[in-house]
Amino acid sequence: MTELSRRKLFAATGALVVAFAVPGQAAALPGSLAVQPKLEGWIRIDADGRVTVFTGKAELGQGLRTALTQIAAEQLDLPPARITLVTADTARTANEGYTAGSHSMQDSGTAILNASAEVRALLLDAAATKLGLPVARLSTQNGRVVAPDGRSLGYGELAGLVPLDRNASPGAKLKDPASHRISGTSLPRLDIPAKVTGGAAYVQDLKLPGMVHARIVRPPSYGATLLEVDTKATEALPGVLRIVRDGSYLAVIARSEWQAVVAMRSLAGAAKWSPGRALPDQAGIFDTIRGLPDRPMVIRDSQAPVPDGTRTLTARYHRPYALHGSIGPSCAVGLMEGDALTVWTHTQGVFPDRAAIAALLKMPPAKLRCIHMEGSGCYGHNGADDAAADAALLARAMPGTPVRVQWMREQEHTWEPYTPAMVTEVTARLDTAGKIVAWDYGVWSNTHSTRPGGAGELVAGWSLAEPTVPSAPVPIPQPEGGGDRNAIPLYDVPAMKVTSHFLAEMPLRVSAMRGLGAYMNVFSIESFMGELAEAAGIDPVAFRLNHLSDPRARDVIRLAAEKFGWDAAKTLPPDHGRGFAFARYKNLAAYCAVAVEVALDRASGQVRVLRADLAVDSGEAVNPNGIANQIQGGFMQSMSWTLFEELHWSPTAITSRDWSSYPILRFNAAPGAVEVHLINRPGLPYLGTGEASQGPTSAALANAIADAGKIRLRQLPLSQARIKAALSA
Amino acid sequence: MISLTINGQVHAVDVDPNIPLLYVLRDELGLHGAKYGCGLGQCGACTVMIDGQAVFSCLTPAIVMEGRQIKTVEGLGTAAHPGPLQQAFIDEQAAQCGYCIAGMIMRAQALLERNPNPTDAEIRAQMQPNLCRCGTHMRILAAIRRASLAMQHAALEKPMPVKEAVP
Repeated sequence: MTELSRRKLFAATGALVVAFAVPGQAAALPGSLAVQPKLEGWIRIDADGRVTVFTGKAELGQGLRTALTQIAAEQLDLPPARITLVTADTARTANEGYTAGSHSMQDSGTAILNASAEVRALLLDAAATKLGLPVARLSTQNGRVVAPDGRSLGYGELAGLVPLDRNASPGAKLKDPASHRISGTSLPRLDIPAKVTGGAAYVQDLKLPGMVHARIVRPPSYGATLLEVDTKATEALPGVLRIVRDGSYLAVIARSEWQAVVAMRSLAGAAKWSPGRALPDQAGIFDTIRGLPDRPMVIRDSQAPVPDGTRTLTARYHRPYALHGSIGPSCAVGLMEGDALTVWTHTQGVFPDRAAIAALLKMPPAKLRCIHMEGSGCYGHNGADDAAADAALLARAMPGTPVRVQWMREQEHTWEPYTPAMVTEVTARLDTAGKIVAWDYGVWSNTHSTRPGGAGELVAGWSLAEPTVPSAPVPIPQPEGGGDRNAIPLYDVPAMKVTSHFLAEMPLRVSAMRGLGAYMNVFSIESFMGELAEAAGIDPVAFRLNHLSDPRARDVIRLAAEKFGWDAAKTLPPDHGRGFAFARYKNLAAYCAVAVEVALDRASGQVRVLRADLAVDSGEAVNPNGIANQIQGGFMQSMSWTLFEELHWSPTAITSRDWSSYPILRFNAAPGAVEVHLINRPGLPYLGTGEASQGPTSAALANAIADAGKIRLRQLPLSQARIKAALSA
Repeated sequence: MISLTINGQVHAVDVDPNIPLLYVLRDELGLHGAKYGCGLGQCGACTVMIDGQAVFSCLTPAIVMEGRQIKTVEGLGTAAHPGPLQQAFIDEQAAQCGYCIAGMIMRAQALLERNPNPTDAEIRAQMQPNLCRCGTHMRILAAIRRASLAMQHAALEKPMPVKEAVP
């Protein structure tokens, strides 16, 4: 791989870089030890016995902090409370790319697991020498090495004898999972007490001495330029310290936050903009997408003769643009001191964001430090990186003063990069025994990552007097994939062709949202499996098992069906329906099967989700409750995407500007029960879980609605209006 | 200069006549529990209690709050000594990113103070204005039910007033 394409891949995925960044022997080390082989990059033991663990990944509300602490505590034989975990910080932690793609446990968790095990072994060795006893007679407990004669040494006392500036060695001896006392338990999340009591928990809450407040005035549409702005009235407002204008980039800095909001409104009222780039007609967006120049990539082509007497089924599915919709709009704080700049940000990737911001500001990356602090859940590439760039630009305008930038609600809605609209088409043939013998599937999609990258991926850069230009989008390669993530079904079908149609031209700004293309591909494949099962006259659970040899896939399917009471639910009250779906995220992360029961109101078209059972296999479970929380949350979020969400725009601007113009799930739609059933596999590798349930949830809902109303909806969202129209058709 | 009574403490603040309560709490008084989410009364992240009612602090002018009892999530307990509803959220692990949770707690607290034994339908109706994006709804509902039971239990076993925050 050339340096250039390696950089492009980094830009596209961030997380994948781990597999490519360090060639040679380091690559043999497990997880992110491949990018940071030094033990001291992961673990530090101070003379007073304090233990610090470092991760290049970030807490995004997924419970990472707790799970990583458990892994280290288990291998080091330390109470979790004795560990300080330092998360993503360009000055302190490994460059683990983005916290994305359900990679953290596989990459960082595996690195910390092995590093902790090796450090424990080194501590035992040092103690053995000091005590004059063989290692085999020593044990570790509670942060001490203990000898049978009662003597013991604290880790702090041994720290000086165990230099950790050495490379990790492959094959660290891990504890027997059967002996685990911390890993595998549902340790309560370490961050929740502060979050439920108003403790400082988020970058939005960061308050530095002398901090001032900024607001941006964004263009009203993509590509609009600032024609003129009379700033006099704004300058005269109380508290206004500075108006920053650079080309079409416009912002105001004020002493207090409310003063900044008032000044922003004044400035926005005074700004005159050119018309922006015209947007395509929303009503015809799927035809527009299918008509864009297309770069087809055949990602599966297994050929087999197709027997006579087959039946052919075909279907086309659509998903609209949708937004991440973080409840807290993006925020960052910047501070310029001398020629050094620090940015506190809720970015998913402190290192790539640093590279992009440094390029934007034309400063050496070494002079820029990006420190991750939690924000509101992001679910992918939202406004976080852009807000960090805003904070950097404005901090540079106010040297020595911390500047906090907070995006407004309508700015997050209209400027975040959306998940792209997609089209899929599938044709399959069934033989007389109800087996699928041929499958031909195509997916049409923009890229699912325009993450920085370079300065051209930051919104602020597009408006500067010397504007930056976005990099050409690139597809994320298989096996993880982007638009074609999960486009290859796990089912055994002799003749299978899958084509990924990459569309480089982007009508709207798009990037990574939870699951990338997997959500739409699993919706399509699993909806179609429901259609095929019905055509074959075979129970949908049995139909899936008939085409599936992976034993772990079969286990989650059977468990979900059993817990749900699938067979008993064959007979349900009128207008009730049951639906089933399955996927293994990315075909290489967690396995998840979903069964749901819905009830339709024929008069209104309203669907109620009555209950759901989800079965999941994430390999070895470090924190079962954390996995359940992610799987249940993924179900609810996918329910919201699937039943309610669709971005709207006019010919000139995004019109989904708030929660009334972009409704999402509220409590009245919450199901009666959502149960998660975990299959734990102690000793097996961690499998990413955060994006496992969204895909199958969508199709389980579509299949349940099909069962309840004898209607097949293939266009997302499965809205009340569409259900009503289908019922009365 | 106006005086605001927040969590039983009186604060004298000099405010712009138009400033929403949310900005006074967060920016002037360092009470960060209530969050900015939309500024439009559509998401509930900013929810606080005023005279026992759940309100959107992003839309409520601070200047008309004189003489009213304002309660924020900081007034229910601390990380070391959480109040019953906060404890129930911890027990149910009812948070993911947690950004919406302080608002959820204050809206639920307003219900439980008015009706210590709400039905499931009453809980859902009460919580309708507040948005969660991580999908923690089921756990939030469970936490409110748990707190309701804990408060009733505490009321039965110990005569009022309940001094100890943790049941």
